[in-house]
Amino acid sequence: MEELVEQLKVQIIKQLNLEDIEPEDIDPDEPLFGEGLGLDSIDALELIVLLEKEYGIKIENPKDGQKVFFSLNTMAEFITEHRKK
Amino acid sequence: MKQVGIKRYCHVKNNKVYLDGALIFEDVQNDTMKSFLKSAYRNFKIKYPKFFKMDEISKLGFLAAEVVLQNIQKNNIRESEIGIVLANSQSTLVTDKVHQESINDLNNYYPSPSVFVYTLPNIMIGEISIKHKFRGENAFYIFEHFNTEFVSDFIDMLFTDGKVKACLGGWIDQSEKDYEAFVYWVEHYDNKVFCPEHTGALVRKLYEKF
Repeated sequence: MEELVEQLKVQIIKQLNLEDIEPEDIDPDEPLFGEGLGLDSIDALELIVLLEKEYGIKIENPKDGQKVFFSLNTMAEFITEHRKK
Repeated sequence: MKQVGIKRYCHVKNNKVYLDGALIFEDVQNDTMKSFLKSAYRNFKIKYPKFFKMDEISKLGFLAAEVVLQNIQKNNIRESEIGIVLANSQSTLVTDKVHQESINDLNNYYPSPSVFVYTLPNIMIGEISIKHKFRGENAFYIFEHFNTEFVSDFIDMLFTDGKVKACLGGWIDQSEKDYEAFVYWVEHYDNKVFCPEHTGALVRKLYEKF
């Protein structure tokens, strides 16, 4: 799980063009949206694409997204349970 | 009646940035538009992380606007009275192609939302407006070449109709091989502050300086 969190940090920084942020700057428990990393609605769509492309997971229900993308740790837990790649 | 004048202008091309005709930054070591824009962003100490999420042409327009607007006093001008009128020849064709490539292969079909949102040139106006809180009239035109008469007439009309008290105008263009930005700030002036009268001929003269 720890390895997956580290992998997600790198993928998110690359996918969302977070140029000024290093992997070690991201607290896995911190909220990804609003405070914390301050991601926006387009970033949320990019995370949905990332899950599908890299892990074969489709988020069908937008309400699931709120829980899944709360933090890096919640994302990693969801991926571990549902990954197809 | 108050006159309308060009208070400041900026060129960005050939990995150089000019303000009011003077070279203020160059980086000939970075050979791509992307790396040059990043280098210029760092040089001007702009703090706006969203810059890195923009496509290249939006970064170009945003950077040129930042340079022009540094130290511009907008006293007594409301946000709703500041307009933006820009133009180019290629719309967002370079970004459109990036998006197209991401949807060509149906077996590897992952269009990027953050690329797609930049497949309209108006988004560049949005990026500048969000940063500077401009809420006035805006328009983006596509011409084969910079039609300075049209753009300056349009801006003058906005002033005459009382729609704006200041306006950003310019030409922000990007092709596969090249890029250029020319952005200028127009506002009312009185006898106390001199700035050259805003005319299509003057805009052309300044634009063709480099």
